[in-house]
Amino acid sequence: MRFELSYTQITVYALIITIFFDMFVTKNSLLSTLRFWLSYAIIVPFQLITNWWLTSREIVVYNPDAIIGIRLAGAPIEDLIFGFAMILAVMSMWETMLRRHGGSSSVG
Amino acid sequence: MSLEVELSNWSYVAMLLFVIVGSWWLEFAFKLRVLRRPRILVTAIVPVSIFFLMWDAFAINQNHWTFDSEQILGIFGPLNIPLEEYLFFLIIPMAAVLTLEGVKVVMEKVKR
Repeated sequence: MRFELSYTQITVYALIITIFFDMFVTKNSLLSTLRFWLSYAIIVPFQLITNWWLTSREIVVYNPDAIIGIRLAGAPIEDLIFGFAMILAVMSMWETMLRRHGGSSSVG
Repeated sequence: MSLEVELSNWSYVAMLLFVIVGSWWLEFAFKLRVLRRPRILVTAIVPVSIFFLMWDAFAINQNHWTFDSEQILGIFGPLNIPLEEYLFFLIIPMAAVLTLEGVKVVMEKVKR
């Protein structure tokens, strides 16, 4: 049996799971903070550069059947959503671990 | 299969090095305490990375994407995932955390 799920579908699920994780599991709600969006604004251009490198040089080649077909800087739009979800998940986890083990953050 | 590694085989690694160079300096420039707290960093990154690596394994298995064998080192870890992908899921999250902590420091400075 083949379990069919396109890259597009997986990115949407991952995004939903990650937002749920940030809001209800770690309860950090980073999406409502300025620090998250400022960080994301810095990261996005770099993500576009690295995506562009990987896709334009065809280091990674995407199956046209698995993606919706919208591309940004050479890379499928799904990559951007994927990156967003991963960044949100990691930052949310980091802030929780920091509280639990580290006490203060870098600030102060 | 050729055992010889040519310059083109480092294409993916080059991108990872770019991210390391582009993010690790923040630790020193802003006196962050991210890289020097590896245990917290690892406990924050690894669970998330495993989740996304599972997806990567699935996508590779489903042929959602393929890697050019001439542009990767050709070393594969568990689940048929290239070494570069494993490193990706460590290096990118580290860069994200460094950026976040850098932003926090700057925001704190602006507030004062």
